[in-house]
Amino acid sequence: MKSLILLGCLFVAAVAPAQKFISETSNVKFFSKATIEDISATNVKSMCLFNMASGEIAFVIPIREFQFEKSLMQEHFNEKYLETEKFPKSTFQGKLIGYTQDAKGSQEVRAQGKLTIHGVTRDVDIPGTADFDSHRVAFVSKFLVRLEDYSIPRPQVLWQNIAEAVEVSIDFILKPYEK
Amino acid sequence: MKNSIILLLIFAANSCFSQDLLAELDQAAPKSPEYVSSTFKSTRLVNGQTVETKGKGALEFIFAHRFGPISSGAYELYGLDQAYVRLGLEYGITDRLGTGFGRNSQDKTMDAYLRYKVLRQRSDGAGSPVTLTAFGIAAVKTSPRTEDATYDIQFEDRLSYTGQLIVARKFNSMLSLQLVPTIVHKNAVEPEIESNNQGLLGFGGRLKVTRSIALTTEYYYRFNVPSGNPYYNPLGFGVDIETGGHVFQLVMTNSRGLTERAYLTETSGDFFKGDISLGFNVTRTFQLKKQK
Repeated sequence: MKSLILLGCLFVAAVAPAQKFISETSNVKFFSKATIEDISATNVKSMCLFNMASGEIAFVIPIREFQFEKSLMQEHFNEKYLETEKFPKSTFQGKLIGYTQDAKGSQEVRAQGKLTIHGVTRDVDIPGTADFDSHRVAFVSKFLVRLEDYSIPRPQVLWQNIAEAVEVSIDFILKPYEK
Repeated sequence: MKNSIILLLIFAANSCFSQDLLAELDQAAPKSPEYVSSTFKSTRLVNGQTVETKGKGALEFIFAHRFGPISSGAYELYGLDQAYVRLGLEYGITDRLGTGFGRNSQDKTMDAYLRYKVLRQRSDGAGSPVTLTAFGIAAVKTSPRTEDATYDIQFEDRLSYTGQLIVARKFNSMLSLQLVPTIVHKNAVEPEIESNNQGLLGFGGRLKVTRSIALTTEYYYRFNVPSGNPYYNPLGFGVDIETGGHVFQLVMTNSRGLTERAYLTETSGDFFKGDISLGFNVTRTFQLKKQK
């Protein structure tokens, strides 16, 4: 009887879909339109972990890995605005809601939780889409971050302030995670 | 027995769910080295060089200016009537290798240099605790003209070379300090007052006071100076002000030279007798090649 239960457990474990997914590729961008010069940067070193069963989701964005076209702009971003030495990472931790595990195709979801940027943590509700297939999970999201909310001074390009919010887009593809 | 197994399974499943995902991500993240950035705001501290290099594809235009000594009095408008200028360009070939050239109106000197960042200070505790940059410059003094010279002057006599190993550490976001062992070689000197090779040790630092403003200082000590030498050790103080692509450096120094040979070995002012010159370095950076 005992062995039967054990066997049953093993069997269930073997056929059950993976519960946790970890990022395989990531692409985090931010963009701010300004009259004189648009500001944008790309980061491909972010990581995301998602627990399919519980809906828990977390991601980490290493700030220093944002690549700008201009090296001086990148230096200022780290040195003067995001204070990267003090606050090297931006993180999100929360829950993904509104998804159905076995639905096909793209579905509208929300991620509710705590977003930390520049050492400031705020409760956020981020809209996005999720796409589950049997081996991969894809998350895509686009949202605005108000610089003031995270105590980030508003940079000037020459005499012009850039917009008070920058557009952040996040793109993760996750694969099953086994430890 | 059955119950306990089920209980165990439930417990195992639970502990799995409640594990902090962020902590788990932290463990899973590949560890890549992290380097400090912006030990100094500019490639110049006051007169001298810093460990900084320009980023790849960045071109910096440097306009530097030294007025006459304040001690020259009201007649010279405290030095503002006279000024030496150096116009220069510096280019980042890679993030660690840079080159530049310039012309200083003092002695109509032209110079060309290379700098290479050999070591980069790591911010994650591992690796090098300092940044080390090797700097080498050659300069040619084009004044006086050969036909105007009162003595026989060959082209080689106009040349001088300076080599520096610049070691700097950024202690925190506010404080950076550097040490600069230096050798200056001049092909032609007056042997009573100078030797062909002059060794120096430079000290410098910056204190960042706001996001865009820093205070700087710099001093070079000359070793084994011949007793008849009329020159002083260069000392300077400055304020760095940064706005977008510009860095303004307002300086006070006893040196008016803007090439290594001149400010390191031919500083004529006595700082403590008021032979202090005001000056500024203005840089503007252009990104020629886009970073990937």
